[in-house]
Amino acid sequence: MTNTALDYLSVLFILSNFALLASSRLGLCINAVTVQGVVLAIIPLLHEFEHLQIASILLCVVTLAIKGYAFPRLLRAAISRAKVRREVEPLIGYSTSLLIGLAMLVFAFWLQSRLPLTHGGEGILLPAAFFGILAGFFITIARRKALTQILGYLALENGIFAFGAASLSEHPWLLEMGILLDVFVAVLIMGVALFHISQEFDHIDADRLASLRDPVGES
Amino acid sequence: MTTQLLALTTFLLALIACPLLLGIVNRTKAIFAGRNGPPLLQKYYDLRKLLGKDVVYSYTATWLVRACPVVVLAGSLAAAALTPFGRGGAVFSFQGDFLVWAGAFTMARLFMVLAALDVGSSFEGMGGSREVWYAALAEPALFLSMAALAAIARDYSLTGFFLSLTPEVTSRHLMALLFAAFALFLVSLAENSRIPVDDPTTHLELTMIHEVMILDHSGPDLALIEYASALKIWVMGALVVGAAVPVDIGSWWLDAGCFLGGMAVFAVLLGTVESAMARLRLTRVPQFLVGALVLAALSVVMMARNSA
Repeated sequence: MTNTALDYLSVLFILSNFALLASSRLGLCINAVTVQGVVLAIIPLLHEFEHLQIASILLCVVTLAIKGYAFPRLLRAAISRAKVRREVEPLIGYSTSLLIGLAMLVFAFWLQSRLPLTHGGEGILLPAAFFGILAGFFITIARRKALTQILGYLALENGIFAFGAASLSEHPWLLEMGILLDVFVAVLIMGVALFHISQEFDHIDADRLASLRDPVGES
Repeated sequence: MTTQLLALTTFLLALIACPLLLGIVNRTKAIFAGRNGPPLLQKYYDLRKLLGKDVVYSYTATWLVRACPVVVLAGSLAAAALTPFGRGGAVFSFQGDFLVWAGAFTMARLFMVLAALDVGSSFEGMGGSREVWYAALAEPALFLSMAALAAIARDYSLTGFFLSLTPEVTSRHLMALLFAAFALFLVSLAENSRIPVDDPTTHLELTMIHEVMILDHSGPDLALIEYASALKIWVMGALVVGAAVPVDIGSWWLDAGCFLGGMAVFAVLLGTVESAMARLRLTRVPQFLVGALVLAALSVVMMARNSA
């Protein structure tokens, strides 16, 4: 019972990553990352379905609050301030991104069959986690807007979290809490940085920041 | 013998009922738009009207335009004869028949495009070009989901795909089946020229695909093509329903009832998609079909995971 539920959640995780790869609408991308956050909040509970501990319930609630509520709010505030709705010209197009995503998924499943694991060998959470890590990496590279890159970073972090949930027999919940706090601060800072970039340059295209020069030295 | 007879019955039922499916789709769209809509049997009236009319051929047209309606209808009929409607099995079935099935539709499409080019209208040429382009993009998704079904069933005929779905196989491969059904649904939207790929009600030549190719057909010829495309929707819908609703109650009547109910739901779903979605920009259609390919690939992955 819990295993099938875990499989369905893993599939949802995979699908949300594909949505992130395929969509140009930032609102939909934020929703996809929110879905990932909610899935990741539930997964640890399913793992210890028989003997629930206070710590894992606490972890679930905190994950839900940060990834399911705080991040979407922060990111939505960021897109409304920067006045962007969609990623218009990604470095790698959406159809190509989807096909590369497919290749990454196959690679993730192959990788799982090659790993000598003592725990988490069954089920599809582990390949889903690998796929999430790869897809997150790919999105941070392949997109132009700073906001989509933040989303890629979050997807990457979600993948790592899922990997932890799949491969560890018990949760080092203090560690997870620490990581959550780090990610929270990171997103907060990136949101503020995003606001300042859009104030200064009227766009949030990160690759155009590479050509910045010191105005005094040049002219 | 009796199974052959039952298969023949469902085949004849498909031949009779397929225009009704379009009636349900149009009624759903009408309800969404707050209209009463045409009667459910409107497509039958249209077909009867067209059959009573004369045929007009363009001066530049050759035998291709005359052959097109017959070949298109033959393609749909051949595919329908290979498709199992419900649990009864198909009229004809052999190993590898799903390739012939796809080939029958491709032959129909080839003649439709050739006839569109034959009359010498530049708009029809554009329609034909798009039709072939989208068909090429839809094919990987179609065959990949077929491959998933074949691997689940360990059989290479369309009848075998669905007959082997016993409750235990179904429960083991539920996720793979659902993904395959979803991929097939997206493919059927593209193959049957429905929204979001093509709009069956549009009459602006620049954006039409299917409708523009049949502009120069008239009278009984047009009736044959319209009937053939109605049959094609029924055939594709039967595959989607077969993969998504693999019921096996045991009684033939109940199974047939479930299948017909599934087809009605398929039609309502089609109408809902057409009401809720806008048509995609032409350049976005490949992305839609790559999405279908991803779903089909997920189906294969899930199948491989659960078979091991």
